[in-house]
Amino acid sequence: MTQTSDPATMALAVQDLTFHYGRRKALDAVSLAIPAGRTTILLGPNGAGKSTLFSLISGLFAPQAGRIAIAGRDLVRTGAAALAPLGIVFQAQTLDLDLTVQQNLRYFCALRGMARREADARIAEELDQFSMGDRLTDKVRSLNGGHRRRVEIARALLHRPAILLLDEPTVGLDIPTRRDLIARLHERARTDNVALLWATHLIDEVDADDHVIVLHKGAIVAEGQPAALLDKTGADDLGGAFAVLTPEARAA
Amino acid sequence: MNGPSPLRAFGGIARRELLRFLNQRERFFAALVRPLVWLIVFAAGFRAALGLSIIPPYQTYITYEVYIIPGLLGMIQLFNGMQSSLSMVYDQEMGSMRVLLTTPLPRWFLLLSKLMAGVTVSIVQAYAFLVIAILFGIDIPVPGLLPVLPALILAGLMVGALGLLLASVIKQLENFAGVMNFVIFPMFFLSTALYPVWKMQEASAVLAAICEWNPFSQGIELIRFALYGQVNWLALAMTAGSGLVFFLAASWAFDPSRRFRAGRTA
Repeated sequence: MTQTSDPATMALAVQDLTFHYGRRKALDAVSLAIPAGRTTILLGPNGAGKSTLFSLISGLFAPQAGRIAIAGRDLVRTGAAALAPLGIVFQAQTLDLDLTVQQNLRYFCALRGMARREADARIAEELDQFSMGDRLTDKVRSLNGGHRRRVEIARALLHRPAILLLDEPTVGLDIPTRRDLIARLHERARTDNVALLWATHLIDEVDADDHVIVLHKGAIVAEGQPAALLDKTGADDLGGAFAVLTPEARAA
Repeated sequence: MNGPSPLRAFGGIARRELLRFLNQRERFFAALVRPLVWLIVFAAGFRAALGLSIIPPYQTYITYEVYIIPGLLGMIQLFNGMQSSLSMVYDQEMGSMRVLLTTPLPRWFLLLSKLMAGVTVSIVQAYAFLVIAILFGIDIPVPGLLPVLPALILAGLMVGALGLLLASVIKQLENFAGVMNFVIFPMFFLSTALYPVWKMQEASAVLAAICEWNPFSQGIELIRFALYGQVNWLALAMTAGSGLVFFLAASWAFDPSRRFRAGRTA
């Protein structure tokens, strides 16, 4: 169930990761491996441990047991420098509301070591990709939720990350915007050879060829392509499979 | 994909602080009005009540307005440090702190950059106040305006580091009001900002001792001596030492292995 490939060849590898909040266990010996160029969906109900896992991978928390290798580099041993290949879209919005879109993105580029000219070129390129090129000088406060989300995703891609972590990136968005983002991000994983790790509890964000990891109560309870999960559970659709794999969550 | 560059990261953090400062012009005016009210209104009243003897670094009798100038510079830095701290708590609540803390650079460097950016803003405010005070006819030694710069930087770093430490332990924006009562006011009023230690000694030996060893007093004395082209070595050591302790404690508190215990992720 938790078998992983060689961490050195994977874009992201997590081995036996365990984490407690005080006496409550949030993650229990979680192991996963994320290859380049593919979308891996981390599917789990609220409270499954998805955000804790992301906080550990992004260095906001330190692991209590287990290891994390980002592009083959151990996060604990290498320190913050190992975070360089990561692009992160947090569940909560993280833009500075009082700055413009351009000021927010330039700030991020500076943190990632990009020179101003290169930064401006990349900002224009990514904003165009997300149809936000004309909002460069707008204050973030004046953008709606969907547009802020697009800016956050564009920001996470500015430094051409090898791995993109998306923590419930479509929360609060309307259906057309969600569909649009889902399609664009799957496409980016394929065209740019980015390893996508997408945490969600929404079944309709899963494509047929995605690799799905089901996280429940801090442990991986199943993984594989959607068809394999249907075979395993005998369900008719992925929603049914998810309900079988996370029974207490559904009852709650 | 670019590698991290400490210089560019610092530039980005400093620019962001400056932009936020420029976006909040009222903050600039508030920062100036506060010490100017003390200088013009309170000092006029206290001048008659508080006689000052000749104490170093002064070589002659001075007016009360001249005495409180270093204290008011310290006040600007103290409030600016707490403003930066408030802004960090806000950033943590709003989530934007995560962008900084997931940067591939050592966390102590990121915190130091944020601290230095805040101090830069406070220096601009301090010099604006000095210029206005000179225009009001306060006898400030103009040659001291240059040597006071490193003292302002060091004192600013010390109170800024205290602000960082507070930001690491305050969980919610609402709790920040308590900081005013338990940190800013005691630190300011139990210092040499408004009266020399010997004046306090007349009232209470205990309060005088607290005043003397208050790190904020040492920062003010560092500024006071620097304005007259002198170095107060004890103040220098105490300001640098306490600033270092505050900064190390803040870096410790912001360490990823301790963050979740404070009930937040960034």
